[in-house]
Amino acid sequence: MAEITYREALKRALREEMQRDPTVVIWGEDVVAYAGGGAYGVTSGLAKEFPGRVRDTPIAEEAIIGVGIGAAMGGMRPVCEIMTVNFTLVAWDQIVNHAAKQSHMFNGQIKVPMVIRTPNGHGRTAATHSQNFDAWFAHVPGLKVVAPSTPYDAKGLLKTSIRDDDPVVFLEHLQLYGTRGEVPDEEYLIPIGVSDYKRRGKDVTLVTWGRMTMESLKAARILAEEGIDVEIVDLRTLRPLDLSLALESVHKTNRVIVVEEGWRTAGLGAEIAASLQEMAFNDLDAPIARVAGLEVPMPYARNLERATLPFAEDVIAAVHAMMQKQY
Amino acid sequence: MDKENLVALYRQMVLIRVFEDRAAEMYAKAKIAGFLHLYNGQEAVAVGSVSALHPDDDVVVNYRDHGWALARGSSARAVMAELFGRATGTTGGRGGSMHLVDVKNRFWGGYAIVGGHLPLAAGLAAAAQYLKTGRVTLCSMGDGSTNIGTFHAAMNWAKLWNLPIIFMVENNQYAMGTHYDVHSAVPMIQKAAGYDMYAEQVDGMDVMAVREAVCRAAERARKGEGPSFLDVVTYRYRGHSMADPDVQRDKAEIARWKERDPITRFATEVLLKRNLVTPKDLNDIQKSVEQEVEDAIEFADKSPEPALDTLYDYIYQQPVRNMQIAGSLIRPPTIAKDIPTNGKHA
Repeated sequence: MAEITYREALKRALREEMQRDPTVVIWGEDVVAYAGGGAYGVTSGLAKEFPGRVRDTPIAEEAIIGVGIGAAMGGMRPVCEIMTVNFTLVAWDQIVNHAAKQSHMFNGQIKVPMVIRTPNGHGRTAATHSQNFDAWFAHVPGLKVVAPSTPYDAKGLLKTSIRDDDPVVFLEHLQLYGTRGEVPDEEYLIPIGVSDYKRRGKDVTLVTWGRMTMESLKAARILAEEGIDVEIVDLRTLRPLDLSLALESVHKTNRVIVVEEGWRTAGLGAEIAASLQEMAFNDLDAPIARVAGLEVPMPYARNLERATLPFAEDVIAAVHAMMQKQY
Repeated sequence: MDKENLVALYRQMVLIRVFEDRAAEMYAKAKIAGFLHLYNGQEAVAVGSVSALHPDDDVVVNYRDHGWALARGSSARAVMAELFGRATGTTGGRGGSMHLVDVKNRFWGGYAIVGGHLPLAAGLAAAAQYLKTGRVTLCSMGDGSTNIGTFHAAMNWAKLWNLPIIFMVENNQYAMGTHYDVHSAVPMIQKAAGYDMYAEQVDGMDVMAVREAVCRAAERARKGEGPSFLDVVTYRYRGHSMADPDVQRDKAEIARWKERDPITRFATEVLLKRNLVTPKDLNDIQKSVEQEVEDAIEFADKSPEPALDTLYDYIYQQPVRNMQIAGSLIRPPTIAKDIPTNGKHA
């Protein structure tokens, strides 16, 4: 089993699915030649391997998504790349009013088997280019929303997403592209809608996904040295939300912190906390806590950007607060 | 076209006219709710267009879609039942007036976000091109949709990829209540020039003129000559929707357009003039259409509302484990067994 990057894992998933199914194509801004293929290099080399199937598009996100929807209706399986999640806002009508509604509103007559790949994230790019919209996508019936944290999950979930008959918003993360992890050479698939333990522990449960899974793991290693044993549930899919493992974990630890990168108010953490207390109120020894991004448009300055985002130290602080408080 | 087909065009136009008048009546009786955008005056556009297409070409239109659905072969019963919100409607009461659909006829639906369906239509054309099906996509829109971003994005993309698509503007000269001169900076036909796209202006009150223009555009698309743009000048006799009191339009203007009525013109200038029918034949057609629509109303009225337990059907084509609906789980989730994990962190 080789250790590869998250970026490479995504590319392998794309390659394997393109080899498997000739109706799979990749359309997006600068996916062919720019910087070797893709603003973040995910599609590098694929245009050469699959002539005519990886195409650059105009910078017109509403059309990238809309043309993708139409092509999916017409019998293809397009993977549409939106360079960053920020630009999905331009295509929001196409995603919410069209992709998500075709199947139900037309009573099952139309299906839209497409994948919208796009990264959340930040990197000193200021307010319009440093955002996380997990909660927005997860709010919409008709979408499936996937947010993998590891190369292993990224590959298995992207392959499944491409084969899925519904529109899947596949949320990558800028800060994860270069991270490494073991990925088997042989083929495997990970189903949509199934969460995963990323660490087993007995004292407190962290429910998280995406980049914050990695921050939670860092926090857990430090907390372990202090004797606090953290359990980490990685949701992997944000809609439909699989809280089965989180629920199982709460029965054991009786303490939960939801860790998310996005804005706290009306964030996905609020939904998860509400659902868990509905189902497991009697198991809880403490109110469910949340770690989330601060509610400001992201500033450019290094120190302000860092202050806005949640990191391992914020997770550690939240765990300390929960473990020390008496209820 | 032979006599039989010409008479069929006439009958379709009359069917749409009678259907819409009766739908307005049913709206007034509160059998139909929400928005109801009627097609009176524009019948020649849908009927002429559909007659020029192959049965497996793709058709995508906006929310003024009753005429298109009927012309493309949906039954008056199914369309009326949809307006009534009944289980027997074209989408089983899900979509209503603005979202008719009939995929078996490759009628991909009415779309109600202005301009929203244009990229979808380009996508259908892209699929036809990629999969080499030989299909042409006809995308109809109102003049009011030619100023929004998706219009320009779809036009540019279609020309860039040389897609087999016909962008048809049903130019009834009003974006809801706003006249063309108030909403557009340049004449409609010039909007195609910006994309170096083949364009024609067409008399939308003449069913044969529409048919011939669509034939030419479809032929171009099938030969690989790419997209076309048709500025089909027409007029709607009624307000934007049943909610529109239609006070802003000049009554004399409406009357002038009614003098060019597509149904009357086709009857006098083609069918009667060429002695293809007698006045009695036309009268018989009117009667048979009235009966068909009356039957559709009875059918719709007797049809059941959709069953409540179908509410969640088709939110997804492919349901998944632990499906969460409306923000809370229907039942506590179950833990998935045998799901791959690399065990790295466990």
